Amino acid sequence: MSGPSGQQEYDVIVVGSGAGGGMSALILSIAGLKVLMLEAGRHYDPVTETPMFNLPKDAPLRGASTPDKPFGFYDATIDGGWQVPGEPYTQASREPQQRFDWWRARMLGGRTNHWGRISLRNGEYDFKPYSRDGLGLDWPISYADLAPYYDKTEMLIGVYGETGHGLENTPDSPEGILQPAPKPRAYELLAKKSCDELKIPVIPAHLAILSQRQDHTRLPAKLFPNSALGQKVVADSMQSRAACFWATPCGRGCSIKANFQSTTVLIPPALATGNLSIITDAMVREVTLNKAGKADGVIYIDKHSRQEVKVKGRAVVVAASAAETARIFLNSRSPLFPDGIANSSGLVGKYLMDTVGAGVSGQIPALENLPPMNEDGSSGMHLYQPWWLYKEQKAGKLNFARGYHIEMSGGRGMPGAGAFGGLQSFTEGAYGAEFKQACRRYYGTFVHFAGRGEMIPNENSYAELDPTVVDQWGIPVLKFHWQWSDHERNQAAHMHKTFADIITGMGGKVTSTIEADGSKAIASGGSIIHEVGGTIMGADRKKSVLNQHCQAWDVPNLFVADGAPFASNADKNPTLTILALAWRTSDYIVEQFKQRNI
Amino acid sequence: MAHDNSNPGTNVTRRDALKLLATAAVAIPALGMAGNAAAVMAKTKGAELIYRPTDPDMLKPIVPWSMTLTQAELDDLAVLADIIIPADAQSPSAGSLGAQHFINEWVSAPYPQQKADLVLVRGGLVWLNAEAKKRFAKAFAKLGNDEQRQICDDIRYEPKAATNLKHGARFFAKVRDLTATAFYTTEAGMADIGFIGNKPMASFDGPSDEVLRQLKLKS
Repeated sequence: MSGPSGQQEYDVIVVGSGAGGGMSALILSIAGLKVLMLEAGRHYDPVTETPMFNLPKDAPLRGASTPDKPFGFYDATIDGGWQVPGEPYTQASREPQQRFDWWRARMLGGRTNHWGRISLRNGEYDFKPYSRDGLGLDWPISYADLAPYYDKTEMLIGVYGETGHGLENTPDSPEGILQPAPKPRAYELLAKKSCDELKIPVIPAHLAILSQRQDHTRLPAKLFPNSALGQKVVADSMQSRAACFWATPCGRGCSIKANFQSTTVLIPPALATGNLSIITDAMVREVTLNKAGKADGVIYIDKHSRQEVKVKGRAVVVAASAAETARIFLNSRSPLFPDGIANSSGLVGKYLMDTVGAGVSGQIPALENLPPMNEDGSSGMHLYQPWWLYKEQKAGKLNFARGYHIEMSGGRGMPGAGAFGGLQSFTEGAYGAEFKQACRRYYGTFVHFAGRGEMIPNENSYAELDPTVVDQWGIPVLKFHWQWSDHERNQAAHMHKTFADIITGMGGKVTSTIEADGSKAIASGGSIIHEVGGTIMGADRKKSVLNQHCQAWDVPNLFVADGAPFASNADKNPTLTILALAWRTSDYIVEQFKQRNI
Repeated sequence: MAHDNSNPGTNVTRRDALKLLATAAVAIPALGMAGNAAAVMAKTKGAELIYRPTDPDMLKPIVPWSMTLTQAELDDLAVLADIIIPADAQSPSAGSLGAQHFINEWVSAPYPQQKADLVLVRGGLVWLNAEAKKRFAKAFAKLGNDEQRQICDDIRYEPKAATNLKHGARFFAKVRDLTATAFYTTEAGMADIGFIGNKPMASFDGPSDEVLRQLKLKS
């Protein structure tokens, strides 16, 4: 990877290397633009660094979660988690319900290295929520605008799933795009039977994992019909990827490139164009402005020399993660924009959203004493339940406005730290031969249902600069404000009741406390790691930061390509939409260069 | 039953630390990232290694902290581990697989949860021996099986334990949890419960007809 090259001016500087930054870098470099990518963390290569088959017994604390490695020792996240050493953030309130927990990963590829790979399209309703029920905000684009980019993104990264279900606001991908869905596991089929009784739909999940090798002879020409370079680098990339071998957790990353991470699927082909340079350990502080009011580059802190460095670009794409993007905007102060670049609306940092999360566990006697079977599968879910109560909601029968989908887990996974830790309540504290028998009996019989629901953006959930605190790079940090509304709390309570019904329907015993009070059921803000908003897009420049091309209203050569442009946060996990939107934005940037508008 | 109760912690840590240094020095050119060497390389200050716990070598893990428990504590934990997970026809005992060393690693770790567990385990061991002497005039490890079980039965489940023994039950639950983690993460423990995953496969075929019939999902 190349280092900073003196006074060179790049066509585009991309800040961030995750889903949005990686996709932008790929599309822009295929188009022939000279791109510089800046990443705040270190270089990272999943091919050589992923502990694929390593056992918990070889890790400290058998791989248990620690403050240094919150998702366990083997989680792909490097120099990240709920806290990053030397890079604090602050909370406006001490109330637990008003905190925002901010997961960051300081590494090439960012959070794409460990994410859940769940890849659901937003539906038609999800782009126009305000028009539909008068709450929240509409996007300036519709599903039809993004659908071609969902198609292309799914073909590029590889997504397994199934089409043809025709469910409301749950788009089917066109034929020939998705990879075959893996067969369901035993506990998933048992849950489906219970859900059938409850009239909850259960269909194959969509995950960014190759269930078979990509067709490198057909797909590149469909993705880049007018670019020989694009076809070549993407065909080579597809050929370098293996299909899933149905083992090892995706959260560790994937050395055979079967799942999607920016570092295996986007950055290598982008580098192969010869048009991309990457500087790692480059902590971006601000976007700089020239006298004409256009962005002319970026200032970052080189983490080794601890000195600031200025790089020049004709356009800037910020994709640092929603809140970090807002932070960079707010720190980019100039006489023209004393409150931060492109902030004439005053909305930079506002409308921060996460996903509503709540979960319930259960134990299923029917799963006891089954013969040994390998249930690793794709490591993620094979089936899921999309939101199903649209008609009841429209008829006013529910006390919350938006939906959730259900993610289930269970099965005979590899024992790790905490194995059989919850057993004492089933056995009244068995030990000795009795304990060993109990472990054999109960292994693989526990299931967990997690709800992932839509949060409606509100005035009380936002980030601003904390005027009293800087990080170790001398950059002012974010202070978070957070407030759920009754829509989210009531939705979380509905999740609890529903999951208890599903478990009971499986003949199981609910092992979690079922909360009728949603404020006790809901996970804290930020903890689902679906942070979006902060520089929202809109149709009115007074009510949004970005236009329909994710282009700053105030600064025409400044763009955002992560989750920050989202005007709503549908129950669908955001990464696929970040990727599709970044591709659409990149196409627009290329067009602006062609038309010499930049 | 013979246990290897020598404490491997401190020496192994130092040896692995030196190995890590050697590995880091070799690994950097291979990554082609000379410009970012400082981010990849473990930093040294004199001969002392400064371990970066947020960026450990996941392929060659080390335990970078030294061990706290005494040999006498390890001996007592080995006895408890064998009571909690004894040998049977299917698998060996937890103590024979070194559960006590894992417990030592756990309670010696520099994190809040583990620091609290250190107090719980150490205090619990002192209490257990005092309780054994009070009831039977001998240290716990010197008691017969029936005598040991009399004490363990009283502390096996906190909700049903006598008020003055609830802290003992909490200690016992912690040792049981840590022993289970130690045992079921070994190859022998995984085989005991029939874990057969973590192997590459050409296809994922889903549950067998036998399983589907047992679950009444197929007739």
